[in-house]
Amino acid sequence: MSKGSPISPALMAARPAAPAAPGRDTAHPVQASAVRGPNNVVPPTEMLGSSAIVRSLEELGVDDIFGLPGGAILPTYDPLMASTKLRHILVRHEQGAGHAAQGYAMVTGRPGVCIATSGPGATNLVTAIADAHMDSVPLVAITGQVASAVIGSDAFQEADIVGITMPITKHSYLVTNANDIPRVLAEAFHIASTGRPGPVLVDIAKDAQQGKMTFSWPPKIDIPGYRTVVRGHSKQVREAARLIAGSTRPVFYVGGGVIKAHAAAELKELAELVGAPVVTTLMARGVFPDSHPQHVGMPGMHGSVSAVTALQQSDLLITLGARFDDRVTGVLSSFAPGAKVIHADIDPAEISKNRTADVPIVGSVKEIIPELISAVREQYDGGAAPDISAWWNTINRLRETYPIGFTQPDDGLSAPQQVIKRIGELTGPEGVYVAGVGQHQMWAAQFIQYERPHAWLNSGGLGTMGYSVPAAMGAKVGNPDRVVWAIDGDGCFQMTNQELATCVINNIPIKVAVINNSSLGMVRQWQTLFYEGRYSNTDLNTGHDTVRVPDFVKLADAYGCVGLRCERDEDIDATIQQALAINDRPVVVDFVVSRDSMVWPMVPSGVSNDLIQIARNMTPVWEQED
Amino acid sequence: MTRHTLSVLVEDVPGVLTRVASLFARRAFNINSLAVGPTEIPGMSRMTVVVEAEGDLLEQVTKQLNKLINVIKIVELTSEQSVQRDHILVKVRADAATRLQVTQAADLFRASVVDVSTDSLIIEATGTPEKLSALLSVLEPFGVREIVQSGTLAISRGAKSMSDRALRSA
Repeated sequence: MSKGSPISPALMAARPAAPAAPGRDTAHPVQASAVRGPNNVVPPTEMLGSSAIVRSLEELGVDDIFGLPGGAILPTYDPLMASTKLRHILVRHEQGAGHAAQGYAMVTGRPGVCIATSGPGATNLVTAIADAHMDSVPLVAITGQVASAVIGSDAFQEADIVGITMPITKHSYLVTNANDIPRVLAEAFHIASTGRPGPVLVDIAKDAQQGKMTFSWPPKIDIPGYRTVVRGHSKQVREAARLIAGSTRPVFYVGGGVIKAHAAAELKELAELVGAPVVTTLMARGVFPDSHPQHVGMPGMHGSVSAVTALQQSDLLITLGARFDDRVTGVLSSFAPGAKVIHADIDPAEISKNRTADVPIVGSVKEIIPELISAVREQYDGGAAPDISAWWNTINRLRETYPIGFTQPDDGLSAPQQVIKRIGELTGPEGVYVAGVGQHQMWAAQFIQYERPHAWLNSGGLGTMGYSVPAAMGAKVGNPDRVVWAIDGDGCFQMTNQELATCVINNIPIKVAVINNSSLGMVRQWQTLFYEGRYSNTDLNTGHDTVRVPDFVKLADAYGCVGLRCERDEDIDATIQQALAINDRPVVVDFVVSRDSMVWPMVPSGVSNDLIQIARNMTPVWEQED
Repeated sequence: MTRHTLSVLVEDVPGVLTRVASLFARRAFNINSLAVGPTEIPGMSRMTVVVEAEGDLLEQVTKQLNKLINVIKIVELTSEQSVQRDHILVKVRADAATRLQVTQAADLFRASVVDVSTDSLIIEATGTPEKLSALLSVLEPFGVREIVQSGTLAISRGAKSMSDRALRSA
């Protein structure tokens, strides 16, 4: 007799169809124990729920948390004060706590933790939670909730934050019983940090914090509906290797998943074995060194001609931890029309979501890439690797003819690209660069040379203006020995600069470069290009020849930061050097730049990537000699 | 657009119905019917969801559903491979003059009369949506006062249980 069939590839992949290698299950947790941290054994101990929250975080190996107290989370802030293992950093706005936790997670690879009270405290976290969801950042957000007896009664500072965040979290919990706290927090950290990482919300009612409970560690985790497929299906991996061996125009399309999986070394080995061009998306900058001869740039709306064209003209996309975002593909139906697609991703729901995969591989790229290396070697042993020199000729010609560049503005002011380029050159690849969202973000992605993963942070999916300063703060807490630059815009900076106070008070000496073009630059660029230069509501009056409200140098000074201003090309290097020399407090540099500089290349919205423009109304010359 | 019947095994925890339903809503799916109830395993509930959708889009939503932590397993049940039943209660106008005709009509559909008053009857019936709609069209001329209908329940034919593999490997 027949039965229904599972229709998800996730389940198909989880089914142990192929014999697994000895000692390796097809589906197995990343760690030996699902409970993070050292798994110390704590015998049953009586305590309050609030103490259990603090103790659980300690046992989970958490060092730093970002938050701001309020009524419904007050019970937890009391034992938190006594903790010697947890450093709590008091932010000035809960959104700052969320982005700081993201920045912390992005540089350390460990889940970031933010904490807020109920109602407005929790809703202020929403933007950061949504951002973490879009960019797959491991984040645990703990919120206080009103007492369980009054939940649903519109109590003071009540918001249904579990309901509000349901579509933007990987999972969420409402805790109303103190005894559930250790298990729920252990599960939250497990879910946030395994598989495709993401935000998990833990909303804890005030009476659960105040209730008596029996604490023991490690708790028993029971999540029957959560299984992450880590190892790729061996038949699919062999099929992928067969396609690679038969391709004459292959491209590695590398996304942020490779950074999240800590698979940069594996990627380099595979890329060098195959010898194909590599493009790194906005979320993947640095996972493959920019200086590597096989790196041909960033793809997408503001990608390099060589990277965009490599994808468009490819016959095989070797897609690793990328998701065919619309900013990469342009009009989907005309994206890489001649390419077969290998798509390796840990999230089965990404496979064939936008572009149908010819060879889907569900699993962690950390596990899949080494398997793929062996499989490709086997293919090559049976014959030589295909000759892709003609492909490289095409790409090299584009790379040499259309390098990423910029023109000097006509108004005598500095080119923003030049400022950002020099920040990168004078700071070097060991620095951390955290951008806001807009023109400066694209220039920071284009003009800074990234040589290592976890050096480039930005809000890619959600595009959150205001991400930069708090995320840089979190990154500096996670990487205190690195120089951390917030590359920010004058618009973005005004959304979250209150965290400079947090940085000063807590001795978190970040450096902020405000790329001040006195406008919401990216919106202005679109108005220039697509709205006949009608600049509706994009003038911010912060720059050259304006009233300068606010004056960023005075603002920095008011916060106790060092404020510098640079208005001339000849001062750029000296100003950056001066900022680099200050390490005892945050530095804010007001780089006054031209407002007319635009981000190029650009694929206008709604057209094929083939219509990429290298400057206004200028498209590359597509001579085909091969 | 074709009709699909999904069986969704879920943990019986607060909010799970919202999580499942909102995923369908996000991709603008209209749920034709939904039935939720306990299963043979304590702590597990089973939802039967009937939706109209294109195959590719449905597969995408199914994958998204699978990502929900409280969802254990999803199976699509085709009408050939499964038994599918709806349950209906209908209040029909029936006085002394028409009562016999109405009860005879109900008999033809193996429906039963579960309540009688001087001018109405309540008829209870179980069957495929097609059978129930045929019953309703027969009752219509007498005057249908009120209808309440369950979501479709579906179970695969044969010996295997949906929860077998799901819980063994968990």
